[in-house]
Amino acid sequence: MATVLGLPVGAAAQVAATLEKKRRPVLVWLELQDCAGNSESMLRSSHPSITELVLSFFSWEYHETIMAAAGKQANGVLDRVVHEEAGKYLAVVEGSIPTTNPGYCTIGGRSALDIARLVCGNAAAVIAVGSCAFDGGPQRSAPNPTGAISVGEAVPNLNLVNMGGCPHNPANTAALLVYWLTYGRMPALDAHKRPLFAYGHIVHDQCERRANYDAGRFVERWDDDGARRGYCLYKMGCKGPHGTFNCPVVRWNDGTSWPVESGHGCAACASYRFWDTALPLYQRLPGVPGFGVDITAGKIGGWMTAGVATGLALHGIASAARAQMRPRGEAPRGGPTEIGRGSGLVEREGPPEKS
Amino acid sequence: MARIVVDPLTRIEGHLRVEAQVEGGVISDAWSSGTMFRGLELVVRNRDPREAWYWLQRICSVCTVVHALASVRAVEDALEIEVPDNARLVRNLIASAQLVQDHVVHFYHLQALDWVDVASALKADPVKTAQIANSLSDWAKSGSSHFRAVQTTVRTLVESGQLSVFANGYWGHPAYRLPPEVNLLAVSHYLDALEFQRDYIRIHAALGGKNPHLQTFLVGGMSTAMDPDSPQAPLNPERLQLLRTLIEMGRQFVRQVYIPDVLAVAGFYPDWFSRGEGVGNFLSYGDFPDKSMHDPSAFFFPAGVVRKRDISAVQPFSPEKVTEYVARSWYEYGDNKPARHPFEGETKPTYTGPTPPYDYLNVDQKYSWLKAPRYENEVMELGPLARFVVAYAAGKQPAKGLVDSVLAQIKQPATVLFSTLGRIAARALEAQLVADKMPDWLHELEDNLGRRELTMHNGARWDPDSWPSSCRGFGWHEAPRGSLGHWVEIENGSIRNYQVIAPTTWNGGPRDAMGQHGPYEAALIKHPIADPDKPLELLRTIHSFDPCLACAVQVVDARGRRWQQVEAT
Repeated sequence: MATVLGLPVGAAAQVAATLEKKRRPVLVWLELQDCAGNSESMLRSSHPSITELVLSFFSWEYHETIMAAAGKQANGVLDRVVHEEAGKYLAVVEGSIPTTNPGYCTIGGRSALDIARLVCGNAAAVIAVGSCAFDGGPQRSAPNPTGAISVGEAVPNLNLVNMGGCPHNPANTAALLVYWLTYGRMPALDAHKRPLFAYGHIVHDQCERRANYDAGRFVERWDDDGARRGYCLYKMGCKGPHGTFNCPVVRWNDGTSWPVESGHGCAACASYRFWDTALPLYQRLPGVPGFGVDITAGKIGGWMTAGVATGLALHGIASAARAQMRPRGEAPRGGPTEIGRGSGLVEREGPPEKS
Repeated sequence: MARIVVDPLTRIEGHLRVEAQVEGGVISDAWSSGTMFRGLELVVRNRDPREAWYWLQRICSVCTVVHALASVRAVEDALEIEVPDNARLVRNLIASAQLVQDHVVHFYHLQALDWVDVASALKADPVKTAQIANSLSDWAKSGSSHFRAVQTTVRTLVESGQLSVFANGYWGHPAYRLPPEVNLLAVSHYLDALEFQRDYIRIHAALGGKNPHLQTFLVGGMSTAMDPDSPQAPLNPERLQLLRTLIEMGRQFVRQVYIPDVLAVAGFYPDWFSRGEGVGNFLSYGDFPDKSMHDPSAFFFPAGVVRKRDISAVQPFSPEKVTEYVARSWYEYGDNKPARHPFEGETKPTYTGPTPPYDYLNVDQKYSWLKAPRYENEVMELGPLARFVVAYAAGKQPAKGLVDSVLAQIKQPATVLFSTLGRIAARALEAQLVADKMPDWLHELEDNLGRRELTMHNGARWDPDSWPSSCRGFGWHEAPRGSLGHWVEIENGSIRNYQVIAPTTWNGGPRDAMGQHGPYEAALIKHPIADPDKPLELLRTIHSFDPCLACAVQVVDARGRRWQQVEAT
């Protein structure tokens, strides 16, 4: 054991004497086609802190960005966990998985897909953190140069929880980890395998600027008086009526702020394939009914979800939508029945065509 | 003769592999390889250039912000937009907070374990550690009871038999030289720095909505509207007071913890001031404007080029002299030209490496996803050391004075900068320089708020109908790891082409068509390797560059036309 852990020789007896003690659950964190944004986000965790998570709650054995071991010693840690802790450890995955050529992402000479199959396939549960692991991320958007796909697609039939967002919010993932430690199971999930506690509500419904939307007070252009008074950002392209996430409640960085509080619209970054379904960033969401307290954003969000499903099913509609999507100007306004069309909330094969 | 392979080379951003040939206990040759490719520049083509920053910020998040900033600057350059003074200040504060936080994280969480033996801290006397700590600085968490608690944390971890992130480290390696008491001090500050990085980066939440991946950039300015009388304004008196508190926290941590620790650790490893010197050519694009991006004379970091370690002369930087080679990279150029200016760049990803799983790369052929950027065909090192060398050679204050005072303190000549420890020390001094400058920028912002000079965004060119049918621009930023360049071509309101060259592309790139080694490769040669199974010495020098591989692997794709030259200096 002392040799495996790389401890000095004298520590062997100590280790042997304490092996009987209760072991902490082992966690490994894979980084595949990633930007390390979800690793960095995890380091910002407040309750529990990253120190508590890594040193007290888990044995956080493999995580390339922060682990002491390198090269063959790092690979040795991962192989030990897969073989000795099979079926017991948690695997967290950050980043997408390329499929058109295994050479697009290799670690220790092994392909990302092989590593994901090995490590996720032997885990008790897998947590996909961030947009890339959840749905393929920005590199999956047209022309998807590497054939990037999500963890759930690359390795089917996992005990999987998706923590969407770009990046994931560490407050949610920390809560998920503690939930798993406390109850020995994962919390209730939605259709995209995301925990309801974090992804069960529309951003717009929880937004502190919602009263301005209901009253018809909007930012009309950047830096105008409305922007200084915290008016609603819907007309500046805010995707809050589309996004499901708890940003307005837990906020970011110890509750300091979130994008809307800092004056920029929400990008619906926790939504499935938001890169293709919620952007362009500054295009006003079309088809949202006129303001008024009698029409809730929850209803709007429901319509939009239906729009996504319809669009995914009917590529003809996707083409029609693409024809209507213009890189500038207003998309057509319409009632709820037209939300699937022209909303941008349908699967697109590529970025907006040039007008 | 043995071939060492370090893959994954951990405690960096991204996927780096280093292979090295060892003869007689010394590295005789080395190869640096980036092993991951995504192609985000291809993805942003045909999209709205006003949102390119949102996509390209996702190139990297260890140095989040930097690509967003370079991107909005590139588009603003193309559309000839000047940003308001308040936006310049907010951007300077965001970028400087990133730099300070990133440098601290690099030293403690990415680099320190190459020099600090965590296991040895168990043997320390906490009382002696407290004495050492108090002799070094006024940092409050320096009592013997505090160090005893840290030691208990380490002991509990070791006795559990589960070392977590410390599993399988090179503990006990003969190249570790710190006494147990200093190791305990460093472990304590490793934990303090984990708290610091989380708390300090609230500056980004206040100015950017969140970190990582801030969300307040706009082409033309920032979304952080300000108003002294509106509590709903993104920037108001309460927010500025929060910034003041956090900025002071950063100054204190850098001065009381980071700088003293770097000097203390360096004192035990003086031979590393003459090892890992690298290529000896240094390049900085310059940044942190006191006025406009078009007035380089008012940059806090000056632009320039220093060659062959000659700090008596600094030459101006001309971006048209940058080229990229793909002779040893997994790309092809259509016309077989050996090198292209980034404006003429072309990339066809063509993986010709071994089929995974593999043991060794074909290092005599193509072996990396990084291209090999060159300046007038010469290899250049970028980053904090390059910025200091350029500033020193240019006689720029306060950088030169700071270097001179530290050199006097450690009684060493300026040539010690050209080394592994020189890189680490330059990074720490730069954190101090920038942390001390931040109050000035905040003060300017406070003055403007008080005078009700509130403009945060220039919307004259927001509407794409106001744009020319085609235009192109160059935007850049001195990121924590060095000079970052973005090139954008806009046609009929959308992106026709986009290119990025990141600092790690320069530093970590492979050989070129002339066979010149990249900076990592050159710096490793002649390193002693005490134990080829545990190449700790190799990690020290590679980490001293602060690698960021996700940034470094970029796709460029142009139509083979020469763009008009853009002057950066």
